[in-house]
Amino acid sequence: MKIVVAVIKPFKLEEVKEALEGVGIQGMTVSDARGFGRQRGHTEVYRGAEYQVDFIPKTRLEIAVDDDQVDEVVKAIVTSAKTDSIGDGKVWVMAAEEVVRIRTGEKGSDAL
Amino acid sequence: MDTGDTAFILVSAGLVMFMTPGLALFYGGMVRAKNVLATLMHSMFALGLMSVLWVLIGYTLAFGPDKGGLIGGLDYLGFSGVGFEPNPDLAATIPHSLFATFQMMFAVITPALISGAFAERMKFSGYALFTGLWLILVYAPVAHWVWAPGGWIRELGALDFAGGTVVHINAGIAALVAAVVVGKRKGFGKEAFVPHNLPLTILGTGILWMGWFGFNAGSALGANGLAASAFLATNLGAAGGALGWALVDARKERKSTTLGVASGAVAGLVAITPGAGFVGPLPAIAIGLIGGVVCAYAVSLKFRWGYDDSLDVVGVHFVGGLTGALLTGIFADTAINEAGFDGLFYGGGLDLLGKQVIAIAVTIAFSFIVTYGILKLVQATVGLRVSEDEEFGGVDLGQHAESAYQFAEGSGGLSISEGSTAHSHAPSGAAIRVTQGGEA
Repeated sequence: MKIVVAVIKPFKLEEVKEALEGVGIQGMTVSDARGFGRQRGHTEVYRGAEYQVDFIPKTRLEIAVDDDQVDEVVKAIVTSAKTDSIGDGKVWVMAAEEVVRIRTGEKGSDAL
Repeated sequence: MDTGDTAFILVSAGLVMFMTPGLALFYGGMVRAKNVLATLMHSMFALGLMSVLWVLIGYTLAFGPDKGGLIGGLDYLGFSGVGFEPNPDLAATIPHSLFATFQMMFAVITPALISGAFAERMKFSGYALFTGLWLILVYAPVAHWVWAPGGWIRELGALDFAGGTVVHINAGIAALVAAVVVGKRKGFGKEAFVPHNLPLTILGTGILWMGWFGFNAGSALGANGLAASAFLATNLGAAGGALGWALVDARKERKSTTLGVASGAVAGLVAITPGAGFVGPLPAIAIGLIGGVVCAYAVSLKFRWGYDDSLDVVGVHFVGGLTGALLTGIFADTAINEAGFDGLFYGGGLDLLGKQVIAIAVTIAFSFIVTYGILKLVQATVGLRVSEDEEFGGVDLGQHAESAYQFAEGSGGLSISEGSTAHSHAPSGAAIRVTQGGEA
């Protein structure tokens, strides 16, 4: 099993969710995040004073998937989150040692 | 007594009172979320403290029978003798008690204006002591000089219709002294201190703009043509100021900002205040516009000169008040108000302008020195500043044991148990203890 973590532009969340549902993903965890990459931040102006805002709002998704699903999940995210402009985000794939469904105690792939 | 005048000044006093909560929102939106309550509190508490002090001692020092042009006598201590009968020297057609109450609202908002200079780091007890003393030792004497019969600035012939000198220059220079004595916020000029809720600031601007009709038109002290003229000039001052600041923003930043338009409206209102009852509509637009432009540039001085005037009381009220008081000496027109004098552009020469300069200079010197003395006294006794820890965690929590915004509600973080203490655990592991019935 793997954990796929994606940091995307917040307004792309709905499209990414639909794309993931399209490849059979039944659950995900979403949280608000702030950060920067090559895009850096943006500038805000208050009463003529300029402020550089380094950390800009992003959305972070975490999805637990079976090993054989990883490639199509990553592809679904990359395709649906892409705007071709700087700051589109990143996707990581990490190993997950164990998954347990709290209600039933099922483990591994059965718990996904 | 005139019932029309009385009705109008009653409403005007209510409008001026409403400016102080407006100021609270105007300032509150501009601070960071952790300091918004303390900032609102500065204005709201002033409504309590200044109202009481005004009745007890402030009013009689400002408007009691003149002593040597400098201060009022103690005849009206505790509002004694301030009753239904009009006082012909102060306002001949409305109850004396109404005149005193209308003036009370000015005495409330003026010290509250200063609070923007030391927002986000001031100790509440120090604030209360400072503003209480400031009302008695600075505001009351200056109000006497400018507005009371026999006051030396009034006798000199300088003009201040609704408080450009008494309110804005006076509070503005006190704000500069306070910003310096209280000291910079940790991280000033390095960290970004950005407004946490500009919609609050915009709402506050709207309330101030509306309340200012009571402030300026009400200063005619009657429901008459002069009040209507001042009402119009007030609206045009705000309008000109909003346009002026937006113009500077657009030129400097290539974008007009909402905070710029709000600040400009207030700067325009400040600038028109001294001349509201002496100038016609076109000069009112000019005064507002010039006020907005000058203040838009003046707010950046704090970064250049290194004083941390958190919410630009100096840049907006001091500079705006100064601009308005000087422009009154240029645009005042006896065709608008025969009780005034003609300014430079209306055949009066430099006479009025010179008197305006004297009134401004003495007010600045007096307010500067006495404000400094009061601040040093408070610093040596109850203290002016919160601790570094408290400043970091927020003045709201440190000084008032409250937070303005409860995020993540419904996460199970709070529970109440009858009569005793209980613990409940938020998912994060943070425990919140709730007590009822006064138990610790």
